[in-house]
Amino acid sequence: MTTGTVTEEFKELDSVVVRFSGDSGDGMQLTGTQFTNASAIAGNDISTFPDFPAEIRAPAGTLAGVSGFQVNLSSHEIFTPGDSTDVLVAMNPAALAANLPDLKDDCILIVNEDAFSRANLKKAGFAENPLEDGSLERFRVFSIGLTNLNRLALEDIEGLTQKEIDRTKNFFALGLICWMYDRPAEPTLEWINKKFGKSPQLVEANTRALKAGLHFGETTETFQLRFRIKAAKLKDGIYRKITGNEALAMGLVTAGKLADKPIFYGSYPITPASDILHNLAALRHFGVRTFQAEDEIAAMGATVGAAFGGAFAVTASSGPGVALKSEALNLGLALELPMVLIDVQRGGPSTGLPTKTEQSDLLMALFGRNGEAPLPVLAACSPGDCFNTAIEAFRFAVRASCPVMLLSDGYLGNSSEPWQIPDPSKMEPIKVEHPTQVEGEEFLPYARDPETGGRPWAIPGTKGLEHRVGGLGKAPLTGNVSYRPEHHQQMIQDRQAKIDKLTDIIPDQTVRGPESGDLLVMGWGSTYGAIRAAVSRCQAEGYSVASTQLRYICPLPKNLEELMGRYKKVLIPEMNCGQLAFYLRGKLGVEVESLQQVTGRPFKIETIQEAIRELIGKGA
Amino acid sequence: MTSATQNGTAKLTRKDFASDQDVRWCPGCGDYAILAQMQKMLPELDLPKENIVFVSGIGCSSRFPYYMNTYGIHSIHGRAPTLASGLKLANPDLKVFVITGDGDALSIGGNHLMHVLRRNIDVTVVLFNNRIYGLTKGQFSPTSLTGHVTKSSPLGSIEQPLNPLSVALAAEATFVARSIDVETKHLQETLLAAAQHKGASFVEVLQNCNIFNDGAWHHVTKKENKHNLLFLEAGKALRFGEENEKQLKVEGLGLSVVEGSEKDELIFDPTEPSGALAYALSRMTFPEFPVPVGIFRQVKKPTYEQGMESQVQQAQKKKGQGELLDLYLSSDIWKVGGDGKVPEDREALKKEICG
Repeated sequence: MTTGTVTEEFKELDSVVVRFSGDSGDGMQLTGTQFTNASAIAGNDISTFPDFPAEIRAPAGTLAGVSGFQVNLSSHEIFTPGDSTDVLVAMNPAALAANLPDLKDDCILIVNEDAFSRANLKKAGFAENPLEDGSLERFRVFSIGLTNLNRLALEDIEGLTQKEIDRTKNFFALGLICWMYDRPAEPTLEWINKKFGKSPQLVEANTRALKAGLHFGETTETFQLRFRIKAAKLKDGIYRKITGNEALAMGLVTAGKLADKPIFYGSYPITPASDILHNLAALRHFGVRTFQAEDEIAAMGATVGAAFGGAFAVTASSGPGVALKSEALNLGLALELPMVLIDVQRGGPSTGLPTKTEQSDLLMALFGRNGEAPLPVLAACSPGDCFNTAIEAFRFAVRASCPVMLLSDGYLGNSSEPWQIPDPSKMEPIKVEHPTQVEGEEFLPYARDPETGGRPWAIPGTKGLEHRVGGLGKAPLTGNVSYRPEHHQQMIQDRQAKIDKLTDIIPDQTVRGPESGDLLVMGWGSTYGAIRAAVSRCQAEGYSVASTQLRYICPLPKNLEELMGRYKKVLIPEMNCGQLAFYLRGKLGVEVESLQQVTGRPFKIETIQEAIRELIGKGA
Repeated sequence: MTSATQNGTAKLTRKDFASDQDVRWCPGCGDYAILAQMQKMLPELDLPKENIVFVSGIGCSSRFPYYMNTYGIHSIHGRAPTLASGLKLANPDLKVFVITGDGDALSIGGNHLMHVLRRNIDVTVVLFNNRIYGLTKGQFSPTSLTGHVTKSSPLGSIEQPLNPLSVALAAEATFVARSIDVETKHLQETLLAAAQHKGASFVEVLQNCNIFNDGAWHHVTKKENKHNLLFLEAGKALRFGEENEKQLKVEGLGLSVVEGSEKDELIFDPTEPSGALAYALSRMTFPEFPVPVGIFRQVKKPTYEQGMESQVQQAQKKKGQGELLDLYLSSDIWKVGGDGKVPEDREALKKEICG
């Protein structure tokens, strides 16, 4: 190991990617979150990527149990958590092994050497100790006895078990990294007090572990390196950090307020959507009724029932759950009631990869129902954008009186970014009208609004509007059961027409970059960050390329076909096997290039960049 | 004929609850009788009809809402309890009925039935039990007897039937009753008691399908067989028989039939908290035992929606009506621009965000 003198000099960095990695029980998600908070408060732009196993506590020390949290901190605007790692904190050999492929040359590697026992090395698949065999030469390795140093720091706190002491070693690591990157300790100290306030020993233990880490950096001569990342030049305003799931919950509550409607949220626990339920369950004072149903089907059924009752009804799930909801969702579609279904997509098929991300539910969202069953499909493109999309989903649902499918994914759901706190008083209200009885006039539950194609949302309790709705074929206007051929044909056309009419309020698709050229890179959903960054890098390299992100997948913006035609080629990167590409080929009859990735991980910027270079190179 | 009601409006009549749709059950179907008794009973609730909703699943019985001039949803197979739950939570003031059948409620919808009862959501579930799948033209159902020969069991069903009342009791329903399509007065009274119950109420109606399972209940519906019925009445002995000469006694862990003796009569109380006797009664099978009808269980417990509404009120009392800005700010915040310092004063912070 290199030795040297402690220096108070800081190296100025533009951005850095830090990854905390350890056992599922090592508290890496917490450590990463705290470091992110401290950095966000210091003014950096941030983008995070929690990456954890589906098992709650896989056997300690194994590769299966490795839990990681990556954060990209930057002094300029960033859009992804970063392609590869500049700093890795590895709490054991498995964490090191799992992350080796992602480490940059010259990566700073902080490892807990106390965990590098023969048994742990074996579990991680190392024949030799990599700390001793020279295999880590291309990195800057700092091998520290974290466990023992932390034990020493906490040894005189009474009433703590060894296990409780060792559980705080993540804060030692956090302290060290905070020192290294000149991050304030105050936010974490505040958090410790809030979290452990009831147990003075735990407050003391965690505080001391954090400080011991900070002091270790300062007083030992191990580190010559300290870094600073200047505050990013974000738009002026008040900011907080937000994950996609938090943003969805807040967006839903906001939609309810904008319409003066209570939110009903029916749901069944499922990864990675459960956090929406957790967030909303704590908001009873907003009039939010959360209903943890007996299964996904019941969650959807209750949502349909609540919509009939006049609430802003919403449910969320992930792929396997959405599959189960399909039948009741389709009833909602036939009843033509406003409601929202959120799909926080994960790797499939079947149970698939519960904690990993994918975009492979797109075709299910578009077509996964029996019969001719069109409904609007919207896709959020960043954690913060989930907020706007939730509001917009309800706007669409009310206008077209139908269920709206909102697509997010595990990456958006769990990742975070800075979010400028908006002014709720400046948001456009969502206008909801419930009809009342008109004397001498027959109420027609399926009479259509000529402008929107929607039907009246008459709710039980309204005198004189008693009516029956159901899943059977209906006659237009009355909604009475009808199997007549012309009625069926018309109802199907009417339901399609109101979806198509949404294009009246969907803005034209725009691009970032040249209005025409060699290549348009088009994405949807969470690929936004990687696409935008890759395209802007390629633009800097001189390529004629633009980017655009589709938010409205059904219906498509009116100008989309014309827009795509202005480029020699269109590239669609997707975390699936080309579902949007397939859809656009069929819908618009256009040819597109498809870049597919189904690794359970988000795209790296580099991957898209290479695809752009290759395509334009070939075309030129 | 109209009369004044408590809320001062003219009392509704049976006709007010009939919709303009033609009833399309097979002639002779037991469903007609249930529809008639429901329409006769509803005025007794003294509720405006716009506050009443019928929710059904799929099956013959589930066409019911179309014939009621109230709000209604004909939903999907087995899922009516889920829609009713959401509806009740969205609007707790509504009177919600779930109309279902033995296949709908106990086969495809078994899970939902159990949970709507367990949660004690204030809905009235009426299960038409004809021991057959009628709408799909005669396959055995979860209540068909072992050995029942149907199109899908030509060699006889090898399944054990499920007992709807035992299921409802095990699911912690707070009101459990049974009646029969042809026992019109009893049916109407039972439906009324169920509808007036606060909490999840469950009524099994023994109903005849004269097309696919005619006579499934002849052992209690034929005039000469009425003595096989045991009418449960609160505070009364468990007596039955042509001369009311037989009664039930507790024997071992179950019940047995004895004759005579007015001493040591077993008095029935549907409000008894454990529900043990109700469960024992639900387990009785004919012909070893009579067929009990009436209210098996009737206990008071808080409803789900009361719990929900009280949580909303408590939370609002504690935290005030939720303000969006407070929600957005419920995390660590920082400021970009200006002096970079987040104003400590709430009003100043609000001004910073809202201008």
